[in-house]
Amino acid sequence: MGNRQEVLLTGAGGQGLILASIMLAEAAVNDNKNVVQSQSYGPEARGGASMAGVIIDIDTIECPKVENPTVLLCMNQASFNKYMPMVKPGCIVIVDSTFVKGPFREENKIQMYPITSTAKEDLKREVVANMLALGVVNAAADLIDRDIFRKVIIKLAPGGSGELNQQAFDLGYRLYEQGAEHDSGQSARTSR
Amino acid sequence: MPETKPVLMQGNEACAEGAIRAGVRFYAGYPITPSTEIAEKMAARLPGLGGVFIQMEDEIASMAAVIGASIGGMRTLTATSGPGFSLKQENIGYAIMAEIPCVVVNVQRMGPSTGVPTAPSQGDVMQARWGTHGDHPIIVFSPASVYETYYLTIAAVNLSQKLRQPVILLLDEVIGHMREKVFIPEGSKLMVEKSSDKVPADWKPYDEKGLTPLVPFGFGHYYHVTGLFHDQYGFPTGEPSQVERALDRIHEKLDKYRDEVVLTNYIGHKEPRVVIVTYGCTVRSARAVVKKAYWQNRQPVGLLSLQTLWPFPAKEIEALARQADVIIVPEMNMGQIFGEVERYARGEAEVISLNRYDGEMISPDQISEKMGRWLS
Repeated sequence: MGNRQEVLLTGAGGQGLILASIMLAEAAVNDNKNVVQSQSYGPEARGGASMAGVIIDIDTIECPKVENPTVLLCMNQASFNKYMPMVKPGCIVIVDSTFVKGPFREENKIQMYPITSTAKEDLKREVVANMLALGVVNAAADLIDRDIFRKVIIKLAPGGSGELNQQAFDLGYRLYEQGAEHDSGQSARTSR
Repeated sequence: MPETKPVLMQGNEACAEGAIRAGVRFYAGYPITPSTEIAEKMAARLPGLGGVFIQMEDEIASMAAVIGASIGGMRTLTATSGPGFSLKQENIGYAIMAEIPCVVVNVQRMGPSTGVPTAPSQGDVMQARWGTHGDHPIIVFSPASVYETYYLTIAAVNLSQKLRQPVILLLDEVIGHMREKVFIPEGSKLMVEKSSDKVPADWKPYDEKGLTPLVPFGFGHYYHVTGLFHDQYGFPTGEPSQVERALDRIHEKLDKYRDEVVLTNYIGHKEPRVVIVTYGCTVRSARAVVKKAYWQNRQPVGLLSLQTLWPFPAKEIEALARQADVIIVPEMNMGQIFGEVERYARGEAEVISLNRYDGEMISPDQISEKMGRWLS
């Protein structure tokens, strides 16, 4: 099971996490890996809890549900509270510091990035926060070849928004390269 | 042979694509979670193929429209979930009685009633068998992967045509909504020939000698179609010997073609002590368990997955019970296939149920735990 990656993308309905998970899964197929994508959400399309899981492996994948996440993304406080306790040491945890305010315990190495606020400020579009998050996740966990991923975004982004989504994805990489914020909430980023 | 490119596909999409591949050109339905993607896909694809998509006013009318299109010579599909499946039952019975082929998909969700629309369940196993009244035969398939959904949909369409018999495709929310990498073969012939191409000269719509192909309306034969018991020409009868013969005849079709209808798959030890018997998404968790227990730890365990739920794979269970000490039946309901397994184990093996009905999948750990004490 050494090669297995189990990615959980969590947040609120409407944040685009299911689309993000489909893009990740499609990218995995194009990167010649086995993949299973699943999701769970409430009856409401927006505002309720939303969770999408993507299992990527070289081996065949039996159980489609994520059991031991190796990567966890939390895009809101409720999902952080719900999914953080199921995480084992070694799991990469990425949170959107725009919405998630802790508590952050020492034993889990949590990486905080201002995902939604960066999408709003730098791209003037909050809706692409999901793609920005995907960039951070893919950079941090080194899941899929970056160029393959960028092509998938163009292919699957809703009508005409491919380039904007690609920009957001690249911005996620930049956020990652600049480093996560410190626990105190102070940004470690150099001035841009 | 051309290279087959893998694609990422959802279970519901695979159902729609499989149906189209098998020649389905008519869809009537009323969308309902978690089956809606099937309707969406059919709505997107059928008009371009010269087919017909109709969103009807409800599930009763959808089922009626499908029956009408079938007798008009089209291959047909409709999809729904538990609440809609309840409404379709009366017309499913009509299709069985009048021997009109059609495929009905039920992507199961948590019930009873409107239940939890987005939560998975396997609670409609007995409804699929006995949801419509009378002592009727039925074929029910239950796929465990996106690819199985694709090929079982094709099998369902072809068998329904060949046997003039409605086929139920019982998906669950997990299989319907999950996406996985699949290889869809190109170019191969996946459609059985039109049954109406081989019409004998002395064709009767309901020949008492046995199965005759369906000749659609408008193809030169005039006959009567009814839900009442009928004679060879389709006209109503209450004559006891004819009634009995007619009921026997619709059951004999399935008996005769049993080997084409009853599909199961065994993996694991050749002399197992513990066997898991399950279907649908629960197969996935069971496979993870067997992979570890048998492949890695060489324990005497096996898994019989049931692609066909009805007619029930009785012979397979009887054979298994003679070999194994214990049969574990995990299902996401309060125990439906369990009773059938116990019946055909005939006391030769202990049969234990593992049930979950909180709207979550049965996990591999739950199955391992249940299995544990029989292997120590």
